[in-house]
Amino acid sequence: MHQPHTQADIDREIAELRGAGGGDHPSRDYAPYRSTALRHPKQPLVALKDPEAAELAGPVFGVTDVTAFDADLTRQHLGEPLGERITVTGRVLDRDGRPVRGQLVEIWQANASGRYLHQRDDHPAPLDPNFSGVGRCLTDADGRYTFTTIKPGAYPWRNHLNAWRPAHIHFSLFGTAFAQRLVTQMYFPGDPLFPFDPIMQSVTDDQARQRLIAAYDHELSKPEWSLGYRWDIVLDGPAATWREDS
Amino acid sequence: MNPTPSQTVGPFYGFALPFPGGGDLATGGIVVHGYVYDGAGDPVPDALLEFWQPGPTGELRGRPGTLRRDPVNGAVLGRDGVEFTGFGRVPTDLDGHWTLRTLEPGNGYISVCVFARGLLHHLYTRIYFGQDRFLDSLPPERRQTLVPALERPGVHRFDIHLQGEKETVFLDLG
Repeated sequence: MHQPHTQADIDREIAELRGAGGGDHPSRDYAPYRSTALRHPKQPLVALKDPEAAELAGPVFGVTDVTAFDADLTRQHLGEPLGERITVTGRVLDRDGRPVRGQLVEIWQANASGRYLHQRDDHPAPLDPNFSGVGRCLTDADGRYTFTTIKPGAYPWRNHLNAWRPAHIHFSLFGTAFAQRLVTQMYFPGDPLFPFDPIMQSVTDDQARQRLIAAYDHELSKPEWSLGYRWDIVLDGPAATWREDS
Repeated sequence: MNPTPSQTVGPFYGFALPFPGGGDLATGGIVVHGYVYDGAGDPVPDALLEFWQPGPTGELRGRPGTLRRDPVNGAVLGRDGVEFTGFGRVPTDLDGHWTLRTLEPGNGYISVCVFARGLLHHLYTRIYFGQDRFLDSLPPERRQTLVPALERPGVHRFDIHLQGEKETVFLDLG
Protein backbone atom coordinates (compact mmCIF):
# COMPACT_ATOMS: atom_id res chain seq x y z
CA MET A 1 0.00 0.00 0.00
CA HIS A 2 1.54 3.27 -1.03
CA GLN A 3 1.57 6.34 1.15
CA PRO A 4 -1.31 8.75 0.56
CA HIS A 5 -0.28 11.99 -1.06
CA THR A 6 0.04 14.98 1.22
CA GLN A 7 -1.34 18.45 0.75
CA ALA A 8 2.19 19.56 -0.16
CA ASP A 9 2.24 17.06 -3.06
CA ILE A 10 -1.11 18.31 -4.30
CA ASP A 11 -0.08 21.96 -3.85
CA ARG A 12 2.98 21.33 -6.03
CA GLU A 13 0.89 19.73 -8.77
CA ILE A 14 -1.67 22.54 -8.62
CA ALA A 15 1.10 25.15 -8.95
CA GLU A 16 2.62 23.36 -11.95
CA LEU A 17 -0.68 23.26 -13.81
CA ARG A 18 -1.67 26.82 -12.97
CA GLY A 19 1.00 28.18 -15.28
CA ALA A 20 -0.24 25.97 -18.08
CA GLY A 21 -2.96 28.43 -19.03
CA GLY A 22 -6.46 27.14 -19.41
CA GLY A 23 -9.83 27.91 -20.80
CA ASP A 24 -13.14 28.75 -19.22
CA HIS A 25 -13.69 25.16 -18.14
CA PRO A 26 -11.46 22.73 -16.29
CA SER A 27 -9.51 20.16 -18.24
CA ARG A 28 -11.13 16.76 -17.73
CA ASP A 29 -7.62 15.43 -17.23
CA TYR A 30 -6.58 17.22 -14.04
CA ALA A 31 -4.24 15.00 -12.03
CA PRO A 32 -4.45 16.81 -8.64
CA TYR A 33 -8.11 15.67 -8.52
CA ARG A 34 -7.27 11.98 -8.41
CA SER A 35 -10.64 10.60 -9.54
CA THR A 36 -10.19 12.18 -12.97
CA ALA A 37 -7.42 9.70 -13.87
CA LEU A 38 -9.63 6.90 -15.19
CA ARG A 39 -12.70 8.97 -15.97
CA HIS A 40 -11.62 11.34 -18.73
CA PRO A 41 -11.63 10.43 -22.42
CA LYS A 42 -8.20 10.35 -24.06
CA GLN A 43 -9.52 10.77 -27.59
CA PRO A 44 -10.37 14.33 -28.64
CA LEU A 45 -14.05 15.26 -28.73
CA VAL A 46 -15.51 14.94 -32.22
CA ALA A 47 -16.91 18.22 -33.55
CA LEU A 48 -20.50 18.00 -34.70
CA LYS A 49 -21.88 21.01 -36.55
CA ASP A 50 -25.49 20.43 -37.52
CA PRO A 51 -28.13 23.15 -37.50
CA GLU A 52 -30.72 20.40 -37.01
CA ALA A 53 -28.93 18.87 -34.00
CA ALA A 54 -31.36 17.84 -31.28
CA GLU A 55 -29.01 19.36 -28.71
CA LEU A 56 -29.88 22.86 -29.99
CA ALA A 57 -33.31 22.33 -28.47
CA GLY A 58 -33.77 21.09 -24.94
CA PRO A 59 -36.06 19.92 -22.20
CA VAL A 60 -38.76 22.24 -20.89
CA PHE A 61 -39.94 22.60 -17.32
CA GLY A 62 -43.00 24.33 -15.96
CA VAL A 63 -45.00 25.26 -12.89
CA THR A 64 -46.02 21.63 -12.47
CA ASP A 65 -42.36 20.66 -11.90
CA VAL A 66 -41.65 22.76 -8.81
CA THR A 67 -43.51 23.61 -5.62
CA ALA A 68 -43.38 26.79 -3.55
CA PHE A 69 -41.33 25.18 -0.77
CA ASP A 70 -38.60 23.98 -3.13
CA ALA A 71 -36.80 27.33 -3.19
CA ASP A 72 -36.71 27.75 0.60
CA LEU A 73 -34.51 25.04 2.05
CA THR A 74 -35.14 26.33 5.59
CA ARG A 75 -38.87 25.51 5.44
CA GLN A 76 -38.91 21.94 4.21
CA HIS A 77 -39.26 20.39 7.68
CA LEU A 78 -41.27 21.00 10.81
CA GLY A 79 -38.42 22.80 12.59
CA GLU A 80 -35.75 25.31 11.66
CA PRO A 81 -32.37 24.06 10.48
CA LEU A 82 -29.20 24.99 12.37
CA GLY A 83 -26.70 27.37 10.80
CA GLU A 84 -26.34 30.75 9.19
CA ARG A 85 -29.45 31.61 7.15
CA ILE A 86 -28.60 33.03 3.73
CA THR A 87 -30.31 33.99 0.51
CA VAL A 88 -28.57 33.30 -2.78
CA THR A 89 -29.81 35.03 -5.90
CA GLY A 90 -28.59 35.84 -9.37
CA ARG A 91 -29.39 35.71 -13.06
CA VAL A 92 -28.89 32.91 -15.54
CA LEU A 93 -27.70 34.30 -18.88
CA ASP A 94 -26.54 32.91 -22.20
CA ARG A 95 -23.24 33.91 -23.76
CA ASP A 96 -24.88 36.88 -25.44
CA GLY A 97 -26.08 38.16 -22.08
CA ARG A 98 -29.70 37.29 -22.73
CA PRO A 99 -31.71 36.01 -19.74
CA VAL A 100 -32.53 32.32 -19.67
CA ARG A 101 -36.21 32.41 -18.75
CA GLY A 102 -38.44 29.79 -17.16
CA GLN A 103 -35.70 27.19 -16.88
CA LEU A 104 -34.96 24.80 -14.07
CA VAL A 105 -32.29 25.58 -11.47
CA GLU A 106 -31.47 22.81 -8.99
CA ILE A 107 -29.19 23.07 -5.97
CA TRP A 108 -27.86 20.64 -3.39
CA GLN A 109 -25.47 21.06 -0.51
CA ALA A 110 -24.11 19.85 2.81
CA ASN A 111 -25.66 21.14 6.03
CA ALA A 112 -24.05 23.71 8.34
CA SER A 113 -21.82 20.99 9.82
CA GLY A 114 -20.53 19.88 6.44
CA ARG A 115 -22.59 16.68 6.16
CA TYR A 116 -24.68 15.56 3.19
CA LEU A 117 -27.95 13.69 3.55
CA HIS A 118 -26.37 10.75 1.74
CA GLN A 119 -25.71 7.26 3.09
CA ARG A 120 -22.20 7.18 1.68
CA ASP A 121 -21.16 10.42 3.38
CA ASP A 122 -19.44 9.04 6.50
CA HIS A 123 -17.98 12.33 7.75
CA PRO A 124 -18.60 12.20 11.52
CA ALA A 125 -20.54 15.47 11.62
CA PRO A 126 -24.19 15.62 12.68
CA LEU A 127 -27.08 15.36 10.29
CA ASP A 128 -29.75 18.01 10.79
CA PRO A 129 -33.29 16.60 10.97
CA ASN A 130 -34.56 19.95 9.76
CA PHE A 131 -32.37 20.26 6.69
CA SER A 132 -32.28 18.18 3.51
CA GLY A 133 -30.17 20.51 1.39
CA VAL A 134 -32.10 20.20 -1.90
CA GLY A 135 -33.72 23.09 -3.76
CA ARG A 136 -35.37 23.80 -7.11
CA CYS A 137 -36.83 26.79 -8.83
CA LEU A 138 -37.64 28.17 -12.27
CA THR A 139 -35.92 31.33 -13.46
CA ASP A 140 -38.20 34.36 -13.83
CA ALA A 141 -38.65 36.72 -16.80
CA ASP A 142 -35.24 38.30 -16.04
CA GLY A 143 -33.56 34.92 -15.76
CA ARG A 144 -33.39 35.34 -12.00
CA TYR A 145 -33.32 32.57 -9.42
CA THR A 146 -33.53 32.94 -5.62
CA PHE A 147 -32.97 30.42 -2.85
CA THR A 148 -33.15 30.73 0.92
CA THR A 149 -30.88 28.23 2.61
CA ILE A 150 -28.19 27.68 5.25
CA LYS A 151 -24.52 28.34 4.65
CA PRO A 152 -22.96 24.90 4.12
CA GLY A 153 -19.96 23.78 6.13
CA ALA A 154 -16.57 22.68 4.81
CA TYR A 155 -15.97 18.93 4.88
CA PRO A 156 -13.13 16.44 4.49
CA TRP A 157 -12.68 14.05 1.54
CA ARG A 158 -10.14 11.43 0.61
CA ASN A 159 -8.40 12.85 -2.44
CA HIS A 160 -5.22 13.10 -0.36
CA LEU A 161 -4.25 13.28 3.30
CA ASN A 162 -6.06 16.13 5.09
CA ALA A 163 -8.10 17.14 2.03
CA TRP A 164 -10.96 19.56 2.75
CA ARG A 165 -13.53 21.03 0.40
CA PRO A 166 -14.29 24.75 0.76
CA ALA A 167 -17.95 25.46 1.51
CA HIS A 168 -19.95 25.25 -1.71
CA ILE A 169 -23.43 24.85 -3.14
CA HIS A 170 -23.87 22.54 -6.13
CA PHE A 171 -25.87 24.03 -9.01
CA SER A 172 -27.52 22.31 -11.98
CA LEU A 173 -28.77 24.53 -14.82
CA PHE A 174 -30.66 24.13 -18.06
CA GLY A 175 -30.63 26.55 -20.96
CA THR A 176 -32.95 26.53 -23.94
CA ALA A 177 -30.55 24.10 -25.64
CA PHE A 178 -29.43 20.76 -24.21
CA ALA A 179 -25.93 21.82 -25.35
CA GLN A 180 -26.04 24.62 -22.74
CA ARG A 181 -26.36 22.21 -19.83
CA LEU A 182 -24.22 23.14 -16.82
CA VAL A 183 -23.44 21.50 -13.50
CA THR A 184 -21.12 23.51 -11.29
CA GLN A 185 -20.40 24.66 -7.74
CA MET A 186 -20.79 28.09 -6.13
CA TYR A 187 -18.21 29.12 -3.53
CA PHE A 188 -18.30 31.77 -0.79
CA PRO A 189 -15.98 34.79 -0.90
CA GLY A 190 -12.79 34.76 1.13
CA ASP A 191 -12.74 31.06 1.97
CA PRO A 192 -9.25 30.14 3.22
CA LEU A 193 -9.55 26.63 1.72
CA PHE A 194 -9.57 27.82 -1.92
CA PRO A 195 -5.85 27.31 -2.65
CA PHE A 196 -5.85 23.79 -1.23
CA ASP A 197 -8.82 22.44 -3.19
CA PRO A 198 -8.00 20.63 -6.44
CA ILE A 199 -11.61 20.72 -7.63
CA MET A 200 -11.82 24.50 -7.51
CA GLN A 201 -8.22 24.86 -8.71
CA SER A 202 -9.00 22.62 -11.70
CA VAL A 203 -10.17 25.89 -13.26
CA THR A 204 -6.63 27.04 -13.91
CA ASP A 205 -7.51 30.41 -15.44
CA ASP A 206 -7.62 32.99 -12.61
CA GLN A 207 -10.48 35.04 -14.05
CA ALA A 208 -12.55 31.99 -14.87
CA ARG A 209 -12.07 30.62 -11.34
CA GLN A 210 -13.25 33.94 -9.86
CA ARG A 211 -16.55 33.41 -11.69
CA LEU A 212 -17.26 30.47 -9.36
CA ILE A 213 -17.29 32.74 -6.29
CA ALA A 214 -20.45 34.52 -5.18
CA ALA A 215 -20.31 38.13 -3.97
CA TYR A 216 -21.56 39.11 -0.55
CA ASP A 217 -24.19 41.80 -1.20
CA HIS A 218 -25.28 43.79 1.81
CA GLU A 219 -28.30 45.10 -0.08
CA LEU A 220 -29.56 41.53 -0.27
CA SER A 221 -29.16 40.92 3.45
CA LYS A 222 -32.43 41.12 5.35
CA PRO A 223 -32.33 42.90 8.71
CA GLU A 224 -32.38 40.49 11.63
CA TRP A 225 -33.01 37.59 9.24
CA SER A 226 -30.43 36.55 6.63
CA LEU A 227 -27.22 37.39 4.78
CA GLY A 228 -27.35 37.87 1.02
CA TYR A 229 -25.11 36.53 -1.73
CA ARG A 230 -25.27 37.28 -5.44
CA TRP A 231 -24.06 34.89 -8.11
CA ASP A 232 -24.77 35.29 -11.82
CA ILE A 233 -24.31 32.30 -14.10
CA VAL A 234 -23.44 32.36 -17.81
CA LEU A 235 -24.24 29.21 -19.76
CA ASP A 236 -21.80 28.05 -22.40
CA GLY A 237 -22.73 26.47 -25.69
CA PRO A 238 -25.01 27.43 -28.53
CA ALA A 239 -28.40 28.81 -27.55
CA ALA A 240 -31.49 27.49 -29.32
CA THR A 241 -31.80 30.81 -31.13
CA TRP A 242 -28.41 30.23 -32.74
CA ARG A 243 -30.23 28.93 -35.81
CA GLU A 244 -32.15 32.17 -36.28
CA ASP A 245 -29.14 34.43 -35.72
CA SER A 246 -26.73 32.68 -38.04
CA MET B 1 -19.81 36.91 -22.00
CA ASN B 2 -17.44 34.31 -20.59
CA PRO B 3 -19.21 31.24 -19.33
CA THR B 4 -19.32 30.04 -15.74
CA PRO B 5 -16.88 27.13 -15.45
CA SER B 6 -18.12 23.59 -15.00
CA GLN B 7 -17.39 21.61 -11.82
CA THR B 8 -17.91 17.94 -11.10
CA VAL B 9 -21.35 16.71 -10.02
CA GLY B 10 -19.44 14.98 -7.18
CA PRO B 11 -20.39 11.78 -5.38
CA PHE B 12 -23.37 13.08 -3.38
CA TYR B 13 -25.92 14.26 -5.95
CA GLY B 14 -28.03 11.17 -5.31
CA PHE B 15 -30.40 12.75 -2.79
CA ALA B 16 -31.02 15.74 -5.04
CA LEU B 17 -30.98 15.17 -8.80
CA PRO B 18 -32.49 11.70 -9.45
CA PHE B 19 -36.26 11.36 -9.15
CA PRO B 20 -38.68 8.44 -9.27
CA GLY B 21 -39.38 7.34 -12.83
CA GLY B 22 -36.52 9.45 -14.19
CA GLY B 23 -35.74 6.85 -16.83
CA ASP B 24 -39.34 6.00 -17.69
CA LEU B 25 -40.16 8.40 -20.53
CA ALA B 26 -42.88 6.16 -21.92
CA THR B 27 -44.23 2.63 -21.72
CA GLY B 28 -44.85 0.32 -24.66
CA GLY B 29 -41.81 1.49 -26.57
CA ILE B 30 -38.19 0.41 -26.42
CA VAL B 31 -35.78 -0.31 -23.59
CA VAL B 32 -32.23 1.01 -23.81
CA HIS B 33 -29.81 -0.07 -21.10
CA GLY B 34 -26.13 -0.51 -20.44
CA TYR B 35 -23.18 0.10 -18.19
CA VAL B 36 -20.80 3.00 -17.69
CA TYR B 37 -17.14 1.94 -17.46
CA ASP B 38 -13.95 3.76 -16.49
CA GLY B 39 -10.51 3.43 -18.10
CA ALA B 40 -9.68 0.33 -16.05
CA GLY B 41 -12.84 -1.36 -17.31
CA ASP B 42 -14.52 -1.07 -13.92
CA PRO B 43 -18.18 -0.04 -13.74
CA VAL B 44 -18.86 3.54 -12.61
CA PRO B 45 -21.46 3.42 -9.83
CA ASP B 46 -21.78 7.18 -9.40
CA ALA B 47 -22.46 8.49 -12.89
CA LEU B 48 -25.60 10.40 -13.77
CA LEU B 49 -26.97 10.16 -17.30
CA GLU B 50 -29.41 12.54 -18.92
CA PHE B 51 -31.30 11.81 -22.11
CA TRP B 52 -32.99 14.16 -24.55
CA GLN B 53 -34.91 13.12 -27.64
CA PRO B 54 -37.98 13.68 -29.78
CA GLY B 55 -40.78 11.13 -29.90
CA PRO B 56 -41.48 9.00 -32.99
CA THR B 57 -42.72 12.00 -35.01
CA GLY B 58 -39.27 13.59 -34.71
CA GLU B 59 -40.70 16.86 -33.44
CA LEU B 60 -38.14 18.45 -31.13
CA ARG B 61 -40.33 20.22 -28.64
CA GLY B 62 -39.81 19.63 -24.96
CA ARG B 63 -42.79 19.64 -22.70
CA PRO B 64 -43.04 20.30 -18.97
CA GLY B 65 -44.09 17.59 -16.58
CA THR B 66 -41.03 15.39 -16.25
CA LEU B 67 -40.89 16.23 -12.53
CA ARG B 68 -44.64 16.77 -12.10
CA ARG B 69 -45.29 17.30 -8.41
CA ASP B 70 -48.07 16.77 -5.93
CA PRO B 71 -48.97 20.28 -4.71
CA VAL B 72 -50.27 18.82 -1.45
CA ASN B 73 -47.09 17.15 -0.20
CA GLY B 74 -44.45 17.96 -2.80
CA ALA B 75 -43.94 14.32 -3.82
CA VAL B 76 -42.90 13.58 -7.39
CA LEU B 77 -45.96 12.31 -9.29
CA GLY B 78 -43.96 11.97 -12.48
CA ARG B 79 -45.02 12.19 -16.09
CA ASP B 80 -48.75 12.09 -16.80
CA GLY B 81 -48.39 9.38 -19.47
CA VAL B 82 -49.99 11.58 -22.11
CA GLU B 83 -47.35 14.17 -23.01
CA PHE B 84 -43.93 12.92 -24.11
CA THR B 85 -41.51 15.26 -22.32
CA GLY B 86 -38.38 14.00 -24.13
CA PHE B 87 -36.15 14.28 -21.05
CA GLY B 88 -34.86 11.52 -18.80
CA ARG B 89 -32.37 11.32 -15.94
CA VAL B 90 -30.93 8.07 -14.57
CA PRO B 91 -28.17 7.53 -11.99
CA THR B 92 -26.08 4.39 -12.51
CA ASP B 93 -26.67 1.76 -9.85
CA LEU B 94 -23.91 0.14 -7.77
CA ASP B 95 -23.14 -2.12 -10.77
CA GLY B 96 -22.72 0.91 -13.03
CA HIS B 97 -25.92 -0.05 -14.84
CA TRP B 98 -28.72 2.19 -16.16
CA THR B 99 -32.04 1.61 -17.89
CA LEU B 100 -34.19 3.86 -20.05
CA ARG B 101 -37.75 3.06 -21.18
CA THR B 102 -38.73 5.30 -24.03
CA LEU B 103 -40.06 5.61 -27.58
CA GLU B 104 -37.98 5.34 -30.72
CA PRO B 105 -36.65 8.80 -31.55
CA GLY B 106 -38.01 10.07 -34.88
CA ASN B 107 -34.67 11.74 -35.69
CA GLY B 108 -32.74 8.46 -35.31
CA TYR B 109 -30.80 9.15 -32.12
CA ILE B 110 -31.06 9.83 -28.40
CA SER B 111 -28.79 12.57 -27.03
CA VAL B 112 -26.92 11.64 -23.86
CA CYS B 113 -25.20 13.86 -21.32
CA VAL B 114 -22.83 12.15 -18.87
CA PHE B 115 -21.98 13.47 -15.40
CA ALA B 116 -19.87 11.68 -12.77
CA ARG B 117 -17.66 12.06 -9.77
CA GLY B 118 -14.18 12.54 -11.21
CA LEU B 119 -15.57 14.15 -14.37
CA LEU B 120 -14.98 17.90 -14.14
CA HIS B 121 -17.00 18.77 -17.21
CA HIS B 122 -19.92 16.73 -18.55
CA LEU B 123 -19.69 14.81 -21.82
CA TYR B 124 -22.19 14.48 -24.69
CA THR B 125 -22.71 11.42 -26.82
CA ARG B 126 -25.53 9.91 -28.90
CA ILE B 127 -27.26 6.55 -29.20
CA TYR B 128 -27.99 5.93 -32.90
CA PHE B 129 -30.74 3.63 -34.13
CA GLY B 130 -30.08 3.79 -37.85
CA GLN B 131 -27.85 5.09 -40.57
CA ASP B 132 -26.61 8.63 -40.32
CA ARG B 133 -24.23 10.92 -42.15
CA PHE B 134 -22.32 11.82 -38.99
CA LEU B 135 -21.90 8.12 -38.15
CA ASP B 136 -20.60 7.49 -41.66
CA SER B 137 -17.96 10.19 -41.16
CA LEU B 138 -16.38 8.28 -38.26
CA PRO B 139 -13.80 5.49 -38.54
CA PRO B 140 -15.63 2.13 -38.29
CA GLU B 141 -14.13 1.12 -34.93
CA ARG B 142 -15.20 4.42 -33.37
CA ARG B 143 -18.57 4.48 -35.15
CA GLN B 144 -19.70 1.33 -33.39
CA THR B 145 -19.37 3.00 -29.97
CA LEU B 146 -22.48 5.04 -30.87
CA VAL B 147 -24.59 2.12 -32.05
CA PRO B 148 -26.42 -0.06 -29.51
CA ALA B 149 -26.57 -3.84 -29.82
CA LEU B 150 -30.06 -5.31 -30.28
CA GLU B 151 -30.26 -7.90 -27.48
CA ARG B 152 -33.80 -8.98 -28.33
CA PRO B 153 -36.72 -7.23 -30.01
CA GLY B 154 -37.21 -3.87 -28.35
CA VAL B 155 -34.20 -4.14 -26.01
CA HIS B 156 -31.02 -2.26 -26.93
CA ARG B 157 -27.70 -2.46 -25.08
CA PHE B 158 -25.51 0.64 -25.05
CA ASP B 159 -22.36 0.77 -22.90
CA ILE B 160 -20.46 3.98 -22.28
CA HIS B 161 -16.67 3.77 -21.90
CA LEU B 162 -15.26 6.98 -20.46
CA GLN B 163 -11.72 5.91 -21.39
CA GLY B 164 -9.79 2.97 -22.83
CA GLU B 165 -9.73 0.84 -25.96
CA LYS B 166 -13.49 0.96 -26.39
CA GLU B 167 -13.71 4.66 -25.50
CA THR B 168 -17.06 6.10 -26.57
CA VAL B 169 -17.12 8.92 -29.11
CA PHE B 170 -17.90 12.12 -27.22
CA LEU B 171 -19.12 15.20 -29.04
CA ASP B 172 -18.08 18.83 -29.25
CA LEU B 173 -21.37 20.58 -29.99
CA GLY B 174 -19.75 24.00 -30.35
